[in-house]
Amino acid sequence: MRPQQGMIPWGPNTTAGGRAGTQGGEGAVELVMVNPTEQAAIPRGGNSLQSQPDGKGHFGGVHGGRFVAETLMPLILELEAAYAKAKADPAFQAELAYYLKDYVGRPSPLWFARRMTEKLGGAKIYLKREELNHTGSHKLNNVMGQILLARRMGRTRIVAETGAGQHGVATATVCALFGLKCVIYMGATDVERQKPNVFRMRLLGAEVVPVTSGAGTLKDAMNDAMRDWVANVADTYMLIGTVAGPHPYPAMVRDFQSVIGEETKAQMQAAEGRLPDVVVAAIGGGSNAMGIFYPFLDDSSVRLIGVEAAGHGLDSGKTAASIERGRPGVLHGNRTYLLQNADGQIEEAHSISAGLDYPGVGPEHSWLHDIGRAEYVGITDGEALEAFTFCTEMEGIIPALESAHAIAHTVKIAPTLPKDALIAVSLSGRGDKDIFTVAEHLGVTL
Amino acid sequence: MSRIAARFKALADQGRGALIPYLEAYDPDRETSLALLKAMPAAGADLIEIGMPFSDPSADGPVIQAAAIRGLKAGATLVGVLDMVSAFREDDATTPVILMGYVNPVESYGYERFCTDAAAAGVDGLILVDLPPEEAEVLEGPAAKAGLDIIRLVAPTTTAERLGYVLSHASGFVYYVSITGITGTRSASAQDLRAALPRLRAVTDLPIAIGFGVRTPEQAAEAATIGDAAVVASALLATLAETLDDQGRASEHTLPRVLSQIEDLAKAVRATARTPA
Repeated sequence: MRPQQGMIPWGPNTTAGGRAGTQGGEGAVELVMVNPTEQAAIPRGGNSLQSQPDGKGHFGGVHGGRFVAETLMPLILELEAAYAKAKADPAFQAELAYYLKDYVGRPSPLWFARRMTEKLGGAKIYLKREELNHTGSHKLNNVMGQILLARRMGRTRIVAETGAGQHGVATATVCALFGLKCVIYMGATDVERQKPNVFRMRLLGAEVVPVTSGAGTLKDAMNDAMRDWVANVADTYMLIGTVAGPHPYPAMVRDFQSVIGEETKAQMQAAEGRLPDVVVAAIGGGSNAMGIFYPFLDDSSVRLIGVEAAGHGLDSGKTAASIERGRPGVLHGNRTYLLQNADGQIEEAHSISAGLDYPGVGPEHSWLHDIGRAEYVGITDGEALEAFTFCTEMEGIIPALESAHAIAHTVKIAPTLPKDALIAVSLSGRGDKDIFTVAEHLGVTL
Repeated sequence: MSRIAARFKALADQGRGALIPYLEAYDPDRETSLALLKAMPAAGADLIEIGMPFSDPSADGPVIQAAAIRGLKAGATLVGVLDMVSAFREDDATTPVILMGYVNPVESYGYERFCTDAAAAGVDGLILVDLPPEEAEVLEGPAAKAGLDIIRLVAPTTTAERLGYVLSHASGFVYYVSITGITGTRSASAQDLRAALPRLRAVTDLPIAIGFGVRTPEQAAEAATIGDAAVVASALLATLAETLDDQGRASEHTLPRVLSQIEDLAKAVRATARTPA
């Protein structure tokens, strides 16, 4: 099915309320934790871009959905109901707010990158410091929300997929925190290239299962995590790490990650008295991007730019740019842009960044692309490496290779924008995990 | 009457259930899998399921995953799978053929075009594992127009309230996934099956096939007696895999061993008949 571009603009609000929105931060100087119960009370208008997905989990009527085997269908219906109930429950939201503040370490700062700004000579660049969260990335925002939900549902065993290991580490962390059994599926190739994270997960008490099917990367880990879930439905919760998978995962993970955008909005108001002009984030599955985009969807003055991993180049055949070089199809429970061949077989993705090495993307991004609300661009491995070094030298912040893709695009556009323009960049993770990869590419032996 | 309905009716008249062996298209190559397909009815297949290889078979265990990879390596495409069915139909006009696979290759081919081409090739029914009734509208119209049955899976997790909904979207027969798990791993006990089936019978008059974990002749006979058909997949693919040479190519043992296993399964299923065929 081709996306029906333009046919389904901001569709009618068929979900109950959607996630309500934005923190009333106008003029607020001190950033406080978002009070989600207040938000939940604000209904979204009928033509809001924040009203997706519809009741069947479809974004724009095409992307998303629930493409799973019958064995799992009753489970995701149960999850959908449990999440709807938790979302509307002030006690759940208060519990989540407590852990986000005192365990994750939120809110994260919005840092004015002065030297980077001066060097590039254009727009003012702000970095949203998600790398300062506990475990070093934005991943814990979502994991914290889902683990509280899993506990409410009485599940005692958690399975998750991981690529670079950031989501696996975050999941193993909360399982340690709550004393839950944790099984992480990780492609054998990734186990090899991300040894420190594998060791971290094992220290945290998780069982790490190397996946040898396929190419042994994130997509194969996702397949095996789903196989585990189907075989252990009675006690197991599948904790998906990105805004993909069958409904309700894309919407739920987005909701949990939206704290990034809500804080950014309030912090930019506090710093500059207005909204940013451009928001930039890297995209693998797209959870940090969806989290920072979502609160800005209805602010039409704000350009939203998702940066995909172009790998060796968009047209090199070795890329992870699913939106720019893929077409809609069905994988891992949802319809979305996928890298696939003419016969509908899924292709391997290629990126220097293990976290972006996935042949699909969250369905909400696919929809935002179709309607033109967000722009999607590609950054190559080489450009990301340059940005990695640039950010480290200019700001004293070592970014994750994933986040370096967002910085690389910022480096391209900042000089083209006026000096009073404001760019907010999601610095989704820290780069400690990537030093071996970077050293290898720089020809340094550690 | 469709081939599927006719076959189940004929077997009901004999007082026995059906044996439905599975093969993965192009495993390990087109020629071998076509020869296997053509020889299956004589070995005792009452209906045949053909797997359409997919790169990411997330509901399947290691045995079917490996078969799918072999099939893809050998160049399997949906066009090629349909072409195999056409070749099979040159000699066999009555044995029902069901294609089983995942939705993406079919979506990529185009639902309308696929249903038309599949029906023209002589396919009788489709099982798309990851296309639940909630998402099946894209397929249902084209399949009905082409006269293809959509076989629905029902699992032990399928709730009572959901059962009626799922089965209202089913035709041909119902495929009962007898375990919560992936293909070719554990098996349900006869006791589990006896407990599970009345729940389905109360909601549907369609024949019920039992699959996932049916491996031995005894299990096949049980499943075909408690239900109306036994589907055997991983056990046959595992045998096929054993016969391949170290390059993964078919050997002179490949066809005889798989076919002899089907004969053993068929003998056990046929022994349950009230009146011999």
